Amino acid sequence: MSASEDLITIAGLGKTFSDGGGLTFTRPTGGVRAVDGVSFSVKRGETLALVSESGCGKSTLGRLLLRLIEPTDGSVTIEGRDLTALTPKEMRAMRARMQMIFQDPYGSLSPRRTVAEIVAEPLEVFGLVKGSRNKRERVAELLEQVGLSPTFMDRYPRQFSGGQRQRIGIARAISVNPQFIVADEPVSALDVSVQAQIVNLMQDLQEQRHFSYLFIAHDLSVVRHIADRVAVMYLGRIVELGPKARIYGQPSHPYTQALLSAVPEPDPDAPKARIILSGDVPSPANVPSGCSFHTRCPIAEDICRTTRPPLAETVPGHFAACHFAKPNPIPVKPAASALQIETTVESSLP
Amino acid sequence: MTLSASNAAAVERDAAAPLLKVENLAVEFGPVEKPLRVVDGVGFSIPAGGALGIVGESGSGKSITSLAIMGLIPSPPGRIVSGRVEFEGVDLLGLPRSRMPDIRGRDIAMIFQEPMSSLNPVMTIGDQIGEAIKLHEETTREERRARVIELLKLVGMPDPAKRIGAFPHQFSGGMRQRVMIAMAVACNPRLLIADEPTTALDVTIQAQVLELMKEVRRRLNTAVLLISHDLGVVADIADRVVVMYAGRVVEDGDVRAIFKRPGHPYTRGLLQSVPRLDDDRRRLYQIPGAVPLPGTVKAGCPFYARCPDRIDKCAKAMPPMFTLAPGQSAACWVSAGATS
Repeated sequence: MSASEDLITIAGLGKTFSDGGGLTFTRPTGGVRAVDGVSFSVKRGETLALVSESGCGKSTLGRLLLRLIEPTDGSVTIEGRDLTALTPKEMRAMRARMQMIFQDPYGSLSPRRTVAEIVAEPLEVFGLVKGSRNKRERVAELLEQVGLSPTFMDRYPRQFSGGQRQRIGIARAISVNPQFIVADEPVSALDVSVQAQIVNLMQDLQEQRHFSYLFIAHDLSVVRHIADRVAVMYLGRIVELGPKARIYGQPSHPYTQALLSAVPEPDPDAPKARIILSGDVPSPANVPSGCSFHTRCPIAEDICRTTRPPLAETVPGHFAACHFAKPNPIPVKPAASALQIETTVESSLP
Repeated sequence: MTLSASNAAAVERDAAAPLLKVENLAVEFGPVEKPLRVVDGVGFSIPAGGALGIVGESGSGKSITSLAIMGLIPSPPGRIVSGRVEFEGVDLLGLPRSRMPDIRGRDIAMIFQEPMSSLNPVMTIGDQIGEAIKLHEETTREERRARVIELLKLVGMPDPAKRIGAFPHQFSGGMRQRVMIAMAVACNPRLLIADEPTTALDVTIQAQVLELMKEVRRRLNTAVLLISHDLGVVADIADRVVVMYAGRVVEDGDVRAIFKRPGHPYTRGLLQSVPRLDDDRRRLYQIPGAVPLPGTVKAGCPFYARCPDRIDKCAKAMPPMFTLAPGQSAACWVSAGATS
């Protein structure tokens, strides 16, 4: 399987949510532009991480890719076929190849169905199993693949911990052998030790089955361990996109640099030259003019308030939408280098 | 490395006259005949102006510990079955129930994870912060208004005189947490308990709130008890760290010692499983298995089933806290030098 082949491509994808206008006391505002002109592709077997803070449109974008919501403009192409042009019947068949893993392991599993019913549902919908014995065998296999005992099959979701529920959700997603999985903050609600288990499981499954992930996250720390490339989003637009090593080593958009510096490191001697952005993410109903990040950007100048910078390639494969794009654009005082964890810790690990 | 066993009290010798001293705290839930012990033998102390972080995963008993200190364990079904919570030399557990509201808010204040559900939606933020002052101090309306504006300025609220009449829903999550902090420090408390104060916030807003908490601590010399599952947040704020597992303290030490030379295998596992920005590992270290449910560990070390270093002794007897280095102790037979 060629690693460079594009599995899914989106071009100029946009979504405007209208405000309905049904209530007498609300004035029509022209709607909220949640996703605006997003283009990228995901290769076969690749993990593209999509990172942004709340309200920047990352979950909407994930749902647009699966056509769970209809785009206002732009296209989604999977293996050369335009999703938005498919008939409902064709779309239904296509759904077996695209699955989703949700953030909330509590809200995304029906409390009234057994694990077997939950995991087997996609198989039944697509007619991939016949007979209850065959079905139970398949469910048992799937549960084993996600690290759960098949004896759990007849239990209900409430009998499981958050991490186990997330495994059930993963078993459901992989049951139909998808080629593309959108994972919407799959580990954000989990404890740190459970996060590590789930991230490792997701990587193992990808190695065995060669599907692609769009891995949606709200900070950059977990992403480093699973992504091949990273896209950073701000107020509905991609502001930086590039290979993992570039994004972490030479972030070229000030927002990416600030996101990286905001992650608290589990190290009391970590360099403390943290970039503190002022204020909050503006409302997507009222996006600032020019570069939408200018209201919080420490290096904004006049041009940023008037002219939106295009997403331009800085080096091959690395794109940034900033008038002043360059590696680490925000100047920070050099901090004392962090001490390394003493070798006694490393050597005592299994 | 000294290997003498020590009890929790001896560990605290370096903290001269601590502001808060918790000893042998135990909390049970459920029916008295069949209790579930969710906090067991917990002890630590915080000096005036100090910052202690309690680290643990869901179900470790860290939030219940903080509620017990505040006298806020819902009873029934919960009850404190043993221990002392000494604040400035007074045992809070021995106080009549009617005295606690005086202490809460004035001497010990608390901020919670959910700033929206902890604020009154139908009261202006000015009135809510003012109420905290009014409860504990004789003040006039004008004095209170001036104090509230002062407090909003302290927590970095833009245009405080104007925002004083706004309601919680008019603020973002980060701004609401600032309001919570303003309310908490309104009476200059000597101890601020912060239970997952930034967990619901975006990472750039979390960075703002952490800076604010450090600033408040510097300016008012308020001691901080920070409860968090996030080792990064703890490393940023605390100067001492207590690691809890299954209702017990398993490690206690200076923040540098804990992060550089973790003494308990659970602490080591937690640190290794944190995703880090300065690390290119494809696979994360994972602690096998899951946290035991309360009441399922009958004997021995609660971490036994998941421990990479376990020996036979660990299954039989619960290890006491051993002093591993000055100011660092851990409840582990193996770290303390026992061999199979």
